Amino acid sequence: MDKNTPLIQLEGISFSYTPERPVLRGASLSLMKGEKAALLGPNGSGKTTLFHLIMGLLRPLSGTIRVFGSERVAARDFHEVRRRVGLLFQDSDDQLFSPTVAEDIAFGPFNLGKNRDEVLRIVHQTLSLIGLEGFEDRVTHKLSGGEKRLVALGTVLAMQPEVLLLDEPVIGLDDEHRSRFTKILRDSSLTFLIISHDHDFLGEVAAGKFRMADGAVVRDR
Amino acid sequence: MTVEQFSDGDSLLHRIDPRVKICLAFPYAFVIALSERMTVALGALAIGFTLVILARLDVRELLKNLRMLLVFILVLWTLLPLTVTGTTLYSLGPVTVYAEGITRALSITLKSLSIVLIVVSLLGTSTVSALVHAVSHFRVPSKLVYLTFLSYRYLYVLRSEYAKLLDAMRIRGFRPRTNIHTYRTIGYLIGMLLIRSYERAERIYQAMLCRGFQGRFYLLDHFHLHGRDMWFASGMGSLLMGIGVLEWTKILP
Repeated sequence: MDKNTPLIQLEGISFSYTPERPVLRGASLSLMKGEKAALLGPNGSGKTTLFHLIMGLLRPLSGTIRVFGSERVAARDFHEVRRRVGLLFQDSDDQLFSPTVAEDIAFGPFNLGKNRDEVLRIVHQTLSLIGLEGFEDRVTHKLSGGEKRLVALGTVLAMQPEVLLLDEPVIGLDDEHRSRFTKILRDSSLTFLIISHDHDFLGEVAAGKFRMADGAVVRDR
Repeated sequence: MTVEQFSDGDSLLHRIDPRVKICLAFPYAFVIALSERMTVALGALAIGFTLVILARLDVRELLKNLRMLLVFILVLWTLLPLTVTGTTLYSLGPVTVYAEGITRALSITLKSLSIVLIVVSLLGTSTVSALVHAVSHFRVPSKLVYLTFLSYRYLYVLRSEYAKLLDAMRIRGFRPRTNIHTYRTIGYLIGMLLIRSYERAERIYQAMLCRGFQGRFYLLDHFHLHGRDMWFASGMGSLLMGIGVLEWTKILP
């Protein structure tokens, strides 16, 4: 894959949940390596849908999805995408299902075939990266909302992804957790695309902008 | 939620390996339930009280939990003395109280109380997740273990969703009455909960797929048997054997 190939490239994507109301109509987007961009658009404009299409959780009616330079069509094609692209869900309760924080973070690395020692190392590294050292044995569903969101980010980072797709990462967070998120993203060298309506937050972490309207994506200059 | 109210603490029983506690709780419950001698029942109750003290359980909370059991016992005490026939203790007109009935009621009271005390002080002092871990070390199929755990985990979420919907109904002046409007509203509430849980389940599964889930669950094992676990296990094990000997041999008349 050469340097000028976009990491994620969508072309002419159409999608609808119900035939009478299409969500995406020929949407195209390309995200280059190292880009840190915001994805803006009104509620219901298909931002989350777009993320789920990239991850292969949904299939487009038409159009092509290219991730890391190869076209992704069949379910198998998306296994590699899910390994190298991390998606942070809007609701952390959807993402944290294991009994303890350590096990939730370990879930992804184990699925990647890492052995127990490597996994334990990743768990500790991840917790210190998100600033929650000592949280290993905490019970996930008893964490505060902010802690849950940070741990959910941790479970995604533990996969050591190359691209992050963040769906409303700081919505409903207090100032402290919000600034922790900001710091983690500012220090990160990863490519990412953020859905958010928080312009202050976006101003601090994102450089470019994509805007969604009428089922299409436009890059803001 | 009243499931884990005793799980915080650092008494001896809180520190014992949950695997040991599970291995003890079930045989104890079994042996006590099957026993018939009053001496054994009294001994079991003594063990129950000792464990409650060792676990430093909050007595008031414990009594609250025993309420249901006490209601059940009360019913037994009103029915059994009149229905289990044998030696007449005294009669008052058509009502006869039998000694056998009283003995039976007393025995059931002692046994049920001691089983509850023992199980609560052994298992209640571990978190549900620790118990789930422990069970998965016993080669219980991981699908079963995770089914149980996920149900427990999302019960909290479901409950808060239920509470949210109910609050939303209340702040718009909903008060349940015996009429069609109430029934329809409750119907909507349950329907909404079902749909939300279905959608939630789908999102959880998607989130798992995104992290490379391929149908296998892994265990980050961190249980270690310590000396005190072995001591506790052997002590409790010998006590249980003692109970068994008293019950099923002819040492006692």
